[in-house]
Amino acid sequence: MEFALLFKILIVVGVFVLTLLVALYSTWAERKVSAIMQDRIGPNRAGPFGLLQPLADGVKMFMKEEIIPGQANRALFILGPCLAMLTAGMTSAIIPWGDVITINPESVPFSEYFTFGESKTYIVQAADINIGILYAFGVVSVGVYGIMIGGWASNNKYSLLGAIRASSQMISYELAMGLSMIAVIMMTGSLSVREIVEQQDGFNWNIWYQPLGFIIFLICAFAETNRAPFDLPECETELIGGYHTEYSSMKLGFFLFAEYFNMFISCAIIAAVYFGGYNFPFMHDLGLSDNAIAIIGIFVFLGKVIFGILFFMWIRWTLPRFRYDQLMKLGWQILIPLAIVNLLFTGLGIIVFK
Amino acid sequence: MLLYLFYILSAITVGCALLTIFSKNPVYSVLFVIATFFSIAGHFILLNAQFLAIVQVIVYAGAIMVLFLTVLMYLNLNKSVESSKPLLIKIAAMVSGGLLFLVLIASFKSGLSIAPTSVRGDAGLIKNLGNTLFTEYLFPFEATAVLFLSTMAGAITLTRKK
Repeated sequence: MEFALLFKILIVVGVFVLTLLVALYSTWAERKVSAIMQDRIGPNRAGPFGLLQPLADGVKMFMKEEIIPGQANRALFILGPCLAMLTAGMTSAIIPWGDVITINPESVPFSEYFTFGESKTYIVQAADINIGILYAFGVVSVGVYGIMIGGWASNNKYSLLGAIRASSQMISYELAMGLSMIAVIMMTGSLSVREIVEQQDGFNWNIWYQPLGFIIFLICAFAETNRAPFDLPECETELIGGYHTEYSSMKLGFFLFAEYFNMFISCAIIAAVYFGGYNFPFMHDLGLSDNAIAIIGIFVFLGKVIFGILFFMWIRWTLPRFRYDQLMKLGWQILIPLAIVNLLFTGLGIIVFK
Repeated sequence: MLLYLFYILSAITVGCALLTIFSKNPVYSVLFVIATFFSIAGHFILLNAQFLAIVQVIVYAGAIMVLFLTVLMYLNLNKSVESSKPLLIKIAAMVSGGLLFLVLIASFKSGLSIAPTSVRGDAGLIKNLGNTLFTEYLFPFEATAVLFLSTMAGAITLTRKK
């Protein structure tokens, strides 16, 4: 068996398991964070510190009775949560989790069973495609179908309103998101996420050059993941449960879980594009080998992502929900013009300083 | 291998396109159009044009069809809205459809004569595409941009309240 292929399979499986685990424990962390912020204790019954709570939740979800409403469109009703999960899991392929790792054939156990190709350096990433960041945008823009189809197929007015809100919200905020990302692409000159990360060597992060772009991107990320203060599609004070009002059992679980999946992925993209990815300050002054730096880099990257997730939760439990017209006004009349201004100033800066 | 992929993709594309027309439920039609767009993106990838493939997904599947679906959701689909059309409209539709078919056949006939080897394999990569767009085809590119802008301004003027 070819070793490069084995390494790729390991990375893909590892990334998938990691994404699942982080998303799973995000649900636990969300409860703990909200509990701390509201001066409560939070889940503490299942396991130490309630650490087995996600498992208990999962079992509960699977055991519940499944109800498909009589007037609902059966096929599309089932397709909705499937699509939400599928698109949520697709983006993690282009995220560079770490730098290149050099592996000598002698140091690999059972190396006589593998064939080694030309290259001995392996990237810690599932796929380094030259249009990586656009791929992420493509998947995000398709991601709304799960909510829309599920909401429409439920044959419920509240679900339908939630689905319509979700679609118009996502279309509106995608524009500002794309415009703020174009400024970074102009600076980097590449659409590959790996190249964007490589250019932020050490402490030379993109956030120092793109503070406004970062804020716009962050706000849009909140809107795209349907997190508070933009969780209007599932706004329970107006729409009962929004697009998942009629869902029960694990189908509901998938919808809820996809949100945490998306949150993890958007934090990873923010960390990679604006916070230097696996780069950390003074990484070349430690006197460590390249492999050691690469492995530390993976943990640094995960640390940045987890910090991002905690930030998302902090915002959720701090800010009240927007009203729908305020949401549209913010998207179209404030964020998009700001993103265009940011784009112009970035272009000016590139001409003046390079 | 590539040839088989092409055949499978083509079968999916044509099948989904046909299902789009023959579906009774408009929501199914929209979903099949989305599937068609995805398989066309697959064709672009087979032609080594990743940028075009991803733009196809973002623009058509991700933005335009979301708008279509949103508009469809506002409609009451339980009522049958299919009313019988007058004979004149039927004839007009037949004539214009036939003319479109004629144009398509003509364009395919002239298109088939291009030998596949005369197209560069890396023409669809973003760098080459950008170079071509901003040097050789700069004027048509900018003209299209102005056209889109005027369309946008027109739509806003039409919907604006006095």
